[in-house]
Amino acid sequence: MLKILMTRFRQGCRTMAFPKRKPPVLPARYRGRPLVAGPEEEIDLGKITFVPDSSIRHSNDFRMATCRRQDLVLQGETYALARAVNRKIVKLFGRSLKLRQVSAGGCNACEADTNVLNTPVFDLSRFGIQFVASPRHADGVLVTGPVTRNMKEALLKTYEAVPDPKIVIAVGACAISGGIFSRSPEVSRGLDTIIPVDLYIPGCPPHPMTILDGFLRLLGRLKKE
Amino acid sequence: MELFNGVRSFWKDVPLLAEKEFRETVILRCREGARLANLFGIPEEGGDIRLAAILAADENPELEVLSMRVSPGSPRYVALTPELPEAHLFEREIAEQWAVLPEGHPWLKPVRYHVNYRGGPDLWDEIAKRTIPGVYPFYAVDGEEVHEVGVGPVHAGIIEPGHFRFQCHGEEVMHLEIQLGYQHRGIEPMMCGRDLNRSVLLSESVAGDTSIGHSLAFCEAVESLAGCAVPLKAQAIRAIALELERLTNHVGDLGALGMDAGFLPTSAYFGRMRGDYLNLLLELTGNRFGKGLCRPGGVLFDMEASMAEDFRRKLRRYQKEFEEVSDLLFSRPSVLARFEGIGTVSPDDAKKMGMVGPAARASQVERDARVDHSSGIWRFYHVPISLAVTGDVYARALVRRQEVMRSLEFLQRILASLPQGAIFSAPGPLAPGALAVSMVEGWRGEIMHVAFTDGRGGLRRYKIKDPSFHNWFALTLAMRGQEISDFPLCNKSFNLSYSGHDL
Repeated sequence: MLKILMTRFRQGCRTMAFPKRKPPVLPARYRGRPLVAGPEEEIDLGKITFVPDSSIRHSNDFRMATCRRQDLVLQGETYALARAVNRKIVKLFGRSLKLRQVSAGGCNACEADTNVLNTPVFDLSRFGIQFVASPRHADGVLVTGPVTRNMKEALLKTYEAVPDPKIVIAVGACAISGGIFSRSPEVSRGLDTIIPVDLYIPGCPPHPMTILDGFLRLLGRLKKE
Repeated sequence: MELFNGVRSFWKDVPLLAEKEFRETVILRCREGARLANLFGIPEEGGDIRLAAILAADENPELEVLSMRVSPGSPRYVALTPELPEAHLFEREIAEQWAVLPEGHPWLKPVRYHVNYRGGPDLWDEIAKRTIPGVYPFYAVDGEEVHEVGVGPVHAGIIEPGHFRFQCHGEEVMHLEIQLGYQHRGIEPMMCGRDLNRSVLLSESVAGDTSIGHSLAFCEAVESLAGCAVPLKAQAIRAIALELERLTNHVGDLGALGMDAGFLPTSAYFGRMRGDYLNLLLELTGNRFGKGLCRPGGVLFDMEASMAEDFRRKLRRYQKEFEEVSDLLFSRPSVLARFEGIGTVSPDDAKKMGMVGPAARASQVERDARVDHSSGIWRFYHVPISLAVTGDVYARALVRRQEVMRSLEFLQRILASLPQGAIFSAPGPLAPGALAVSMVEGWRGEIMHVAFTDGRGGLRRYKIKDPSFHNWFALTLAMRGQEISDFPLCNKSFNLSYSGHDL
């Protein structure tokens, strides 16, 4: 018992101060939201995999989630980040959101970095957001992966089992557009070709901060910058 | 024919045996102590299918490759599985990918539910019409007090999809059948062709938690085919990343095991500590899973002396924390009571199943590709093989704990004497008509990629084997005679890949 208490004492409190204070600064090599060179250049954040590519320059800004698919296409300086556009969502789920996660062909990277939000560092439950075991207990689904042929039916059944009104969150390039698998006959061309999506979180996989930032924006939990 | 990990060979030199001779030789070699490291089909001009077996006798780094021919007129051969249980899933995969019937296979079902690559009719009519796995018969036990429990594909936690069908008598599990395939994205055919930039991205997403392991296996296969010498510093950085990946997952697994044994403090601490290693990968590569690091010819990110020093300092601190928290986990009687004697796999069964990785080593089977088939920097560094004897959940946890300590020691050594020089040397064109085998000891065990080039040096067939492909069946064996409530703990103690299996 003494040992448990001693370890607990040494571990201390590890939860980040965000969003009350500024978010952590990510390392210099982190590839965040890309920078476009000129007004004619376009980058679709829903398609790229954020690997080193000489044709794309990245900032280290992790904020990338949007509410509409077309907003993921980066043009010039402005980028329409997700907002609490839907009053009903904010009113119903703003202080308590239960999600059912469905992995539909994901490589387990998006799943792992979604799961990380439950560690003491991010402590997702302090925002009233929780991943639950049954779609019947959920207010929405969070989908990862390019929706394989073999997972489509299970995904649709899970979606239908969530009571209305419900929200859908697409996490990662695969869920948004099929990602690097988009040419495979075994996968879909994006979750929104199957069910309507309320929040797009790009990345391969998105950094946990990108996911958290997206959740908080959708629920209107971030102060205006 | 001589075949080694990371050394190019030529297709024309691969011995072609008659079916009977092939079968007898493979079975004989496995009786003599070798294991079936791979068995798969390769299409040939004219529509024939060649079946190739790769045998590894792990005390000897030389691999043996044998092949036989199956003609499209009579696409069948006598199955090896009745004599050689470790061929079980390989033969099902061959049946599905090439519509070749392994006659006498005791449990012939599709693996991933897709149409075959040969273009002829499938062995199962339903595959083209029905999409959902699970409509095929499961192994069932009949009796008045017997009941069946089905779980998945959508599980309770944030886990990949798979279907688990238990045959129970009361709480006791008599048999478990695991049906995967839900994550099938069709990676193997997409790897072929000439666009290596795309193939390397795919290799990073075979299993996201093993991005380094699979991309390294891909790079080494391509480099062997191109005859490219990778600079020493790049090899060192790859090994550092591979060990960070191992640390990430082993530490996370120990936390998850604590959680399933009902001891939450360690699961919270290990869960956070896992993130420390992910963040080191982020500092090195710009991605928490190391995506974007390994490319054919070397690595894309350098490690300066200051970064190496910083990593050493951090890792010393992480080591202290790890020792303290793992002592806490392994000294709790309530945890040990849940770990000991649960989900036991005997050494004999482990060998029969062809198990690899920490799960095999927990059952006294001494296999580690870093030692047995060393490539890259592993030729100059030795990491002792971590073994345990009891083969239960406790042993699988213990092996992880030992491997964490040994990886940390290795990282301190290599970071203190990082080679100097370039980190990239562009590979030339791939040799035509060649093949290369690459083996990497990922955190789950031996990853094997086998690449074949066509007459112009493009990839014509690419075979990926995740260690989970060997080990999923071991999980079903571990569950026999256990209580169904032990399943989460047993499953966590293996922590196998769904996406790596489903490809």
